[in-house]
Amino acid sequence: MIIGILAIVYRIHGLVDVARNTHQKRVTSSNRINAVLLFIFLIAGVAATIWMSFSWFDLYHLPVASEHGKSTDSIFWITMAVTLVVFFITQILLFFFSFRYRYKEKRDAFYYPENNRLEIVWTIVPAIVLSLLIFGGLKAWNNLMDDPPEQSEVVEILGYQFAWRTRYPGNDNQLGAYDYRMIDAENVFGMDFRDRASFDDFSPREVHLPKGKPVLFKIRARDVLHSVFAPHFRLKMDAVPGMPTSFWFIPNKTTEEMRVETGNPDFNYEIACAELCGRGHFSMRLLVVVEEPEDYEKWKSEQKSWLSNNPDYLSKVPEDLKELALLKTGLDKQ
Amino acid sequence: MGKAKLEDKNQNISVEDHGAEHDHDHHQSFITKYIFSTDHKTIAKQYLITGIFWAFIGGMLSVIFRLQLGFPDMELEWLRPLLGKWITETGKLDPEFYLALVTMHGTIMVFFVLTAGLSGTFSNFLIPLQIGARDMASGFMNMLSYWFFFASSVVMFFSLFIETGPASGGWVVYPPLSALPQAISGSGLGMTLWLIAMALFIASTLLGGINYITTIINLRTEGMSFTRLPLTIWAFLLTAILGLLSFPVLFAAALLLIFDRSFGTSFFLSEIFINGEALPNIGGSPILYQHLFWFLGHPEVYIVILPAFGITSEIIATNSRKPIFGYRAMIGSLLAITVLSFLVWAHHMFVSGLNPFLGSVFVLFTLIIAIPSAVKVFNYLTTLWRGNIVFTPAMLFSIGLVSFFISGGLTGIFLGNSAIDIQLHDTYFVVAHFHLVMGSAAFFGMMAGVYHWFPKMFGRMMDARMGYVHFWLTFIGIYLVFFPMHYLGIAGFPRRYYSFTNFDAFNIFTDLNSFISVAAILTFAAQLVFAFNFFYSIFRGRLAPLNPWRSNTLEWTTPRFLGHGNWPGEIPKVYRWPYDYSKPGAREDFIPQNVPLSVTPESNLPSEKEKVDAENRRTKEKSVNEK
Repeated sequence: MIIGILAIVYRIHGLVDVARNTHQKRVTSSNRINAVLLFIFLIAGVAATIWMSFSWFDLYHLPVASEHGKSTDSIFWITMAVTLVVFFITQILLFFFSFRYRYKEKRDAFYYPENNRLEIVWTIVPAIVLSLLIFGGLKAWNNLMDDPPEQSEVVEILGYQFAWRTRYPGNDNQLGAYDYRMIDAENVFGMDFRDRASFDDFSPREVHLPKGKPVLFKIRARDVLHSVFAPHFRLKMDAVPGMPTSFWFIPNKTTEEMRVETGNPDFNYEIACAELCGRGHFSMRLLVVVEEPEDYEKWKSEQKSWLSNNPDYLSKVPEDLKELALLKTGLDKQ
Repeated sequence: MGKAKLEDKNQNISVEDHGAEHDHDHHQSFITKYIFSTDHKTIAKQYLITGIFWAFIGGMLSVIFRLQLGFPDMELEWLRPLLGKWITETGKLDPEFYLALVTMHGTIMVFFVLTAGLSGTFSNFLIPLQIGARDMASGFMNMLSYWFFFASSVVMFFSLFIETGPASGGWVVYPPLSALPQAISGSGLGMTLWLIAMALFIASTLLGGINYITTIINLRTEGMSFTRLPLTIWAFLLTAILGLLSFPVLFAAALLLIFDRSFGTSFFLSEIFINGEALPNIGGSPILYQHLFWFLGHPEVYIVILPAFGITSEIIATNSRKPIFGYRAMIGSLLAITVLSFLVWAHHMFVSGLNPFLGSVFVLFTLIIAIPSAVKVFNYLTTLWRGNIVFTPAMLFSIGLVSFFISGGLTGIFLGNSAIDIQLHDTYFVVAHFHLVMGSAAFFGMMAGVYHWFPKMFGRMMDARMGYVHFWLTFIGIYLVFFPMHYLGIAGFPRRYYSFTNFDAFNIFTDLNSFISVAAILTFAAQLVFAFNFFYSIFRGRLAPLNPWRSNTLEWTTPRFLGHGNWPGEIPKVYRWPYDYSKPGAREDFIPQNVPLSVTPESNLPSEKEKVDAENRRTKEKSVNEK
């Protein structure tokens, strides 16, 4: 139906054109209309860009809560300033030229095939600007990707379909060995209890982190790719089966401080998955709590080791280490 | 010596071909003329129409997933006749099918529309016509190329309807997700079909590419030196070279993935525990796949955008009535992009666990490639400056391309800088970036090409006013869809999320998401205007004048309805570059390439005058000697 009507309208309009002989003309009035529309689009576009950027600022601007995040954010905003200048200049020229130099019968276009000096200028100027931007970026990148400080708090994060699990090294500050063949329904990490370092490892439901101290995330995946993404910490690193990765950073605002800063009493740090991993990709949420170092230490000392919560696995501990395991997990007192 | 021989041979071939074609013309059956045709023009149309078909399929898929993203609470029961069990019992879109939609949208748009539909159409159509050749170097290989693509299309289309669903691991199909059917149901038969389709597709691209390169190098008409080639041809040449060097690497990746999936190898798999079972694979690396994939994947975005650049260079020059500014700089920047595009692939992998030092090397190359891209934009702007601009629909789409390329290109400077990419990687910022810089820009290049060369393809004109409506709705629509996505990305919204309600951080901007969806649906609907205009004009459009845009290139010297062999008489010779628009002193504001310098004394530049004088002296001497 609609197509039929369209066809009829179209046909009539075509016949009218033939009657008026408009198609014989070099350009019609639509040339002017299009030129004006391009100009209006420019004005409206610039206005809309400015309006969105200002009025939504609080929505899209995530407060930053890590030391390196401050420097990557500043590079982000410097780049934003530079590119916005270029953006406005080039878009304005594009639409303005289109409008200004629309077809006029009496004017001739200017035969201007080349100008090597101009080409050189606009090769070198972007090169310089880009080098400056890269320089800042690479400096931050190298600092960030450097080896973590010795005394970093280590947290292991394991991604699987479709959740995260975390493991802390416990009092000995050493994560126990693991083997993916030892994974089962309980032992999601595949902890190897032949390694004494694993006896005091604990696995809380949420990540707790001390404010102001370096933290090292040791990241693993056990089935498909995942990616640890903590937006407020400006942190992202893929979790790769068979290849452990890591990311270190210094959280610099406690959860409480963020609640005050954002004015949201329910604020929580979150970790999301940023690498497509299947059906539940959009639901891999892990909570992170940043607290003052004293509170963190207190929390840590209250945690019970994984083995003490799952005493069945004592059977996997070799005979000669059993006593040590009982001692470390506190199971000997029961 | 050797070269001369080769040329001789070529001429022989084309003469023979020519003779043979004339015989054929009279008793060509429908099948040899329209289906298994070896005529480059027919093959181009086959590519174009298949491409348009895929564009509507790809667009429709995006409309369905935009419904989910914009209106997560919407009752989608009404889609059950179409989607069947992929609508859950509660009337919602199945989350796995959502991923399948995203995956197939990407695959279809990147490969089937913007590679085959764009390059396949215009390389095939324009290369022989613009360089002055009767057909491609090998018409048979050219036909094979299309039919491989067709077979690939059939397999890919079929995979949309199978029980376990099409491939769902994202268009990049990273293993292990894509290798393990137990990880996602789309990685079963759907993924197998995806790999078969891509293998066929790669064969098609290679057959086409070899042909394009050979034709451009060997079959140029007399006088058509490389420095007189239209920029379209330069762009198609470099695109074909890019494809020839990078698609085999994707083929290797696909082959290894097939081995991992079906024959128990461990190229990409290691230490996997899934569904209560530890797999035996050890020692493979998922990162290896990413390297192989992006070694194609990055050149691929240039395979998509370079032809669009070529097309717009031609259209902007023609309709500004000015020579393209900096012809040599334009070629130089195309060459620089071609070379550099092989050295930037790992910028897709900054946070993949890649060695950070390697990351910094790729930062460097990535930002270097921004320079030739910027040069192109500046040259386009200067071409418009002081022009006498005629806004044909093709011209509007070309201006739109430049606008998208600026908007999307600038965000590449953020993403190419690894320190900033940490936050923005795999967020909607990336989605906005590539949909503007490569998706929409290349799509606009394709549309510009269709509007511009339609008269040559079908001998009839498309309706300009409908073209204007199509342009404005699409141009505004695309900006309304993708510009706001930058804000979502800066706010951290990850890509490929079925819903954002699980996270406090992403539980904002719901109105904006609805707005984007509405804009996307309207933009899609606007394409129906194009479809109507296109198909209606093929049959009922006004008959086209021989040179409707008053253009310089050779294709406009052919008859309105051109047969096999393109020129009924001799192939025209070429005497000048293709951009003599508004040359001072000239009678018209354009001088076609086949007009000798000797007949345009009023507009010749000093260097050209010398050339004409020298030529005259030589012919004089010759005639004196002969006497």
